[in-house]
Amino acid sequence: MDIHEYQAKEVLSNFGVEIPAGALAYSPEQAAYRAREMGGEKWIVKAQVHAGGRGKAGGVKLCDNEHEIQEACEGMFGRKLVTHQTGPEGKGIYRIYVEAAVPIEREIYLGFVLDRTSQRIMIVASAEGGMEIEDISENRPESIIRSTVEPAVGLRDFQAREIAFKLGIEPSLTQSMVRTLQGCYRAFRDLDATMVEINPLVVTTDNRILALDAKMTFDDNAMFRHPQISELRDKSQEDPRESRAADRGLSYVGLDGNIGCIVNGAGLAMATMDTIKLAGGEPANFLDIGGGATPERVAKAFRLVMSDDKVEAVLVNIFAGINRCDWVAEGVVQALQEVKIDVPVIVRLAGTNVEEGMKILAKSGLPIIRATTLMEAAERSVSAWKSDNTTNLKAV
Amino acid sequence: MSIYLDRDTRVIVQGITGRMAQFHTKDMLEYGTNVVGGVVPGKGGETVHGVPVFDTVKEAVAATQAKASLVFVPPPFAADSIMEAADAGIQYCVCITDGIPAQDMIQVKRYMMRYPKERRMVLTGPNCAGTISPGKAMLGIMPGHIFLPGHVGIVGRSGTLGYEAAAQLKERGIGVSTSVGIGGDPINGSSFRDILEQFENDDDTHVIAMIGEIGGPQEAEAAAYIRDHITKPVVAYVAGLTAPKGRTMGHAGAIISAFGESASEKVEILTAAGVTVAENPAVIGETIASVM
Repeated sequence: MDIHEYQAKEVLSNFGVEIPAGALAYSPEQAAYRAREMGGEKWIVKAQVHAGGRGKAGGVKLCDNEHEIQEACEGMFGRKLVTHQTGPEGKGIYRIYVEAAVPIEREIYLGFVLDRTSQRIMIVASAEGGMEIEDISENRPESIIRSTVEPAVGLRDFQAREIAFKLGIEPSLTQSMVRTLQGCYRAFRDLDATMVEINPLVVTTDNRILALDAKMTFDDNAMFRHPQISELRDKSQEDPRESRAADRGLSYVGLDGNIGCIVNGAGLAMATMDTIKLAGGEPANFLDIGGGATPERVAKAFRLVMSDDKVEAVLVNIFAGINRCDWVAEGVVQALQEVKIDVPVIVRLAGTNVEEGMKILAKSGLPIIRATTLMEAAERSVSAWKSDNTTNLKAV
Repeated sequence: MSIYLDRDTRVIVQGITGRMAQFHTKDMLEYGTNVVGGVVPGKGGETVHGVPVFDTVKEAVAATQAKASLVFVPPPFAADSIMEAADAGIQYCVCITDGIPAQDMIQVKRYMMRYPKERRMVLTGPNCAGTISPGKAMLGIMPGHIFLPGHVGIVGRSGTLGYEAAAQLKERGIGVSTSVGIGGDPINGSSFRDILEQFENDDDTHVIAMIGEIGGPQEAEAAAYIRDHITKPVVAYVAGLTAPKGRTMGHAGAIISAFGESASEKVEILTAAGVTVAENPAVIGETIASVM
């Protein structure tokens, strides 16, 4: 789960990370008022969306006065911000963070991640702040400092000092850098984050170390023990179909193709998508309905897949292990009777009692295209989708 | 021989009184697995399908000499249960639970290091279908009948995709020595490399099938290990060619976040290491047959 910049800053500042003065606004007027309240001479107006690359996309503006703040905000509120991370549909701007500008001497990159190789929390830092980490690792890989944290004792001060010295932080600021690193680490550990990124972390001309931007991602599996973090979830930043699926216990990822997929198991779902692609089609989605393919779940899955207008054929691929195919087939039939589907439906069942399952599908009288192997299912989906399209064209 | 699990392996089920655990305990017993006990704190003295339940893993081990454990405990408590098994002297633990916080798994991995190598527990999973040595025993939730006994060692992240491979093998009359699920989580008990090493040393395994997916460094790490240490033929399939970067595809660990983590990069790395890669999931069985 992602949270907004202003939320991440508040979380981190509770752990001792210093941040510039700032306040949240829901309207241009409120933004101007917030700036007046905090004082200063220059302010940054920042669109709060769950994506990086806001600056280049026009979601961050430097303003000299209240009038400029209002104007900048009017250009942002209610709009969709399209950055290289949002996809073409962009993300809606409904909150704006107004921050007092600070005099920057240098910019540092600081990140905390779950490192899958060492299976520990890893700190990644670079003196080349401001650039994205992908660009740093491509252009200045030698500038990247990495340090893993031993989980039994946590981040030690000496490790934090090592990072500070490698970054060339002035000795008088070492303690403050250690405090920043320790704060981020504790926030990461205590709140079950999977990523903390401060880019840039700045050293100001008046010798302070401040988090100028902040990004935090949390482990969905651990949110049961952090209700205060769960509350920060902002559904306006999520794909509505994906959040609806998640609320119903289904795992769904929307894609650009037009063959909808309903599969049990994440690996098999990915494999099914791959096979569609090899057969010459494009999958419209990833959907794992989980181990038990009950009729209710299958029906829910059909509704979800069909809510995507791009879908022109649906491929159901269920490997019934513990559940028998006949039972799954009955579920599919029941779901198809309940949910009106006006595109070709291809069903492939495998596993226990597959013959009986296929018989049930055949006897149902529903226009189900049956397949026995995965390849056959993918090929039939692609040809059904293509011929369905030709029919439509003829009708036009 | 087979790896980790044999006909005589004494098994306990942690969380045995749960609905799912009861169901699968019955299934495992019917398959012939030597399930000797269960553990649920506070339910010591009860029985499930004739199997005695204990309050702690230590008690269960003392009473039954269990060597292996299957963890069916809900996510908030699963890490604790795995550590309890490690401390009680269990040698091999499979954790089925899906949804364990990643940092809990970091703790588990660190905790297991407390024990000297010779008595350190081996963990596979979490978020896996388990391990089966066909015709001998099964420690997990897979449908046992889709596996024939034989000489192909299977290691994979995904449950149903692994079934798909086993079913394709069965269709060709090809059997399996042991099939091990390492699970779909980002921090897991054993890696592909760990299981490959076991298969290399297992006389009963002649060919190794590795079913990977996008995300994480373990397929690439396995490729290097195969190149340097594995003498048996290895066939691989990597799921997620069509998966977009930066999106989690069902499994918590199935996300492309760094170089070398996409399916096409993994295929390239594995091919370079001498692995025969099945181009699509429909030909996994065929490809394995071709190298036998």
